[in-house]
Amino acid sequence: MASINICEKNYDVEDIELKVDNLLSILLNIKASKNGSLAFRSGCRSGVCGSCAVTVNGVEKLACKTKINENDIVKPLKAHKVIKDLVVDLSNQDKFLKLSLAQLEEKSDKIVTKQDEKNIDIQSNCILCNSCFSSCPVYEVNEDFLGPFALTRVSRYVKDIKENNIKNKIDAVQNNGVWDCTLCGNCNMVCPAKIDIKNDIMQLRNKSVQFGYNDPNMDNFNSGFDTNLDFGFNPNQF
Amino acid sequence: MIDVLIIGSGAAGLTTALEAKKNSKNVVVLSKTYPTSSQTSQAQGGINGILGNSKDTIQNHINDTQKSAHGIGNIDTINYMCENSKETIQWLDDIGVPFSRDENNNIAQRKLGGAKNPRACYSSDYTGLKILHSLYDNCLKEDIEFINEHMLLNFIIQENEVKGIHCLDIENSEVVQVLAKTVVIASGGYSGLYNGFTTNSTATTGESISAALRAGCELSNMEYIQFHPTALKGSCTLISESARGEGGHLVTKDEKRFVDELLPRDVVARAIYDKIQNNDQVYLDLRHLGLEKIKETMPQEYDLALEFSGLYLDKDLIPIQPAAHYTMGGIKTNLNGETNIKNLYAVGECSSNGVHGANRLGGNSLLEVITFGKLIGKNASLQSLNISAQSLDSEYESYSLAKNNIDSIFALPNTKNFYEYKKRLGEIFYKDVGLFRDEESLELVSSQVLKIKDDIKYMGVTDKSKIYNTNLKEFIEFENAIELYEVIVKSALSRKESRGAHYRIDYKDENRDFDKQTIVKKVQNNITLEFV
Repeated sequence: MASINICEKNYDVEDIELKVDNLLSILLNIKASKNGSLAFRSGCRSGVCGSCAVTVNGVEKLACKTKINENDIVKPLKAHKVIKDLVVDLSNQDKFLKLSLAQLEEKSDKIVTKQDEKNIDIQSNCILCNSCFSSCPVYEVNEDFLGPFALTRVSRYVKDIKENNIKNKIDAVQNNGVWDCTLCGNCNMVCPAKIDIKNDIMQLRNKSVQFGYNDPNMDNFNSGFDTNLDFGFNPNQF
Repeated sequence: MIDVLIIGSGAAGLTTALEAKKNSKNVVVLSKTYPTSSQTSQAQGGINGILGNSKDTIQNHINDTQKSAHGIGNIDTINYMCENSKETIQWLDDIGVPFSRDENNNIAQRKLGGAKNPRACYSSDYTGLKILHSLYDNCLKEDIEFINEHMLLNFIIQENEVKGIHCLDIENSEVVQVLAKTVVIASGGYSGLYNGFTTNSTATTGESISAALRAGCELSNMEYIQFHPTALKGSCTLISESARGEGGHLVTKDEKRFVDELLPRDVVARAIYDKIQNNDQVYLDLRHLGLEKIKETMPQEYDLALEFSGLYLDKDLIPIQPAAHYTMGGIKTNLNGETNIKNLYAVGECSSNGVHGANRLGGNSLLEVITFGKLIGKNASLQSLNISAQSLDSEYESYSLAKNNIDSIFALPNTKNFYEYKKRLGEIFYKDVGLFRDEESLELVSSQVLKIKDDIKYMGVTDKSKIYNTNLKEFIEFENAIELYEVIVKSALSRKESRGAHYRIDYKDENRDFDKQTIVKKVQNNITLEFV
């Protein structure tokens, strides 16, 4: 027998279960036999529906793809309001996607090549599991931040040869968008679809500059570097 | 007032919503989960299309589909789907689905089982996922309203006409009444009833089909369940048909091949099941293909085998088993998606319009949901223009019934654990209402189902709170499932022949007398069955 901790409660789990089963199977077993009230979301059991993201020892994981160990601590996603146990409020999802215009707005008639599709292949694998959102430190200081999944999706459409209206999207991600990201790369680390979100955001910044926008953070540099400015949170240490 | 209310948010529901929105202002999608969590996300293989740039023809596609339907398909719906495939693919491409391209910049196509030619368009390894998310992005663009995490309880029917629904708000366990001029059921299939032996999502439990049955809808061909030959043993994670298409072998313990891997799904699945029944183990063997080819042609399969079985496709034998994958049966509709209840439509896997008959061809499921989603979205929205709004204050009698029902579930004694029965029914159905069926076992299953149905009064929920009570949600799913188990076993018993996915050990041949649809109805609490 081994003990694991789910939402501040310890459960005994057979050693063989830990070895063979993933976290989602263990949650389903606990619900069926030990605690009928344990609340969590689940779906496809194969890592593509995005329902079962939780944190294990503070790190975002899809329960269906994760093996756990004795004494592991399972909690809900961070940066979300918790409804019950491992279930968090996802009502902001549509809002961020709509605000950032993460959609094909104006279809172009350009010919789509094999390479054009390859360019957006990985970005269009996002399963909206909200792991990136949970890992993002910006939410702690700015709850209106459009966030990693919305920005990466904008990037997917900005790069899409089928899209004629790139400017609209670039306009849409200026406030609480690309410049608010700290480029810490937490989202990359936890993305189950292995999307390079940080790079997408940097590319959106480059595109923004091409469309005449400046990095608003740079406006603070008017007095030069000799004033010992404190940049606050800077996990990349640059 | 809502013009078109859509139950379900997979590709069928979202396509219906987008099309309906062209004519109707007020289109609402009600989802038990969240839109991008739906079963569509799991479709890997592709979507069939005759694009006019190869030697493949619409007639070839019709012929292959009809052959797979084994004489109980509907030629009108098959023709409609096949004749419109180019338009369907073009529409998806236009709304942003990133279909993979070939060297000539055409949409790339690959060959799936049962098809004469490379016909399935795909988006790398994630066709369903990418279609679903593209549809969702378009729904947000068109301001389609979503009511998420609400589960359908019952349809409101008056004089054989639908007026709306009652549903459960999962977040607070309240019963909500939603009135609408027209209602479209797009809630997916019922493979989830083969609990523990299915490739499907934990949410694919079929309660909308039970609700339709209670509302007076006819169901058809409910005995027709497709088992996929290659699910990972244990987890039942799907390993796509492309593994065999690319030259994978099926072998037994002594590494001997025993079946032509490219025969139709039902034949291969039965051959595998037969071996497993005889204490053998069956493995998928891709080792001879080499790492390079495996990584190039099936990267998702490579990852899935590693993540869910801890095995390497290029080095290990992969233990597999057949698993319930797709349900051909469902709510009976005509070509226009109309059920026998006025203003109530059904589309996608929950429906049965004869497009698959006795067996579904790979690549036809996505084609069905998009093609008919477009048609039914248009039909329902145009119909809604002819209907005057009801008073939104009207509270139907079934509202208090639904509320009382929830209260009574909380009051049940819960001396028997319904999760144990859910598990047991999955096992029983996989074994005896699965790939091989016979009268004696089916009769036994039938009596077991009735016994469990009778025992529901001893079951109940341990969670008595109202906040996000998934114990309650799952109990309601279970109650609904019992009704479908009863229908499936009755249908399987009545079809005394073997045809497509329905195989009877005691009636091994196809019988012309059964060139008909199995039609089930609920009349005063009794299930009636006839072949039409």
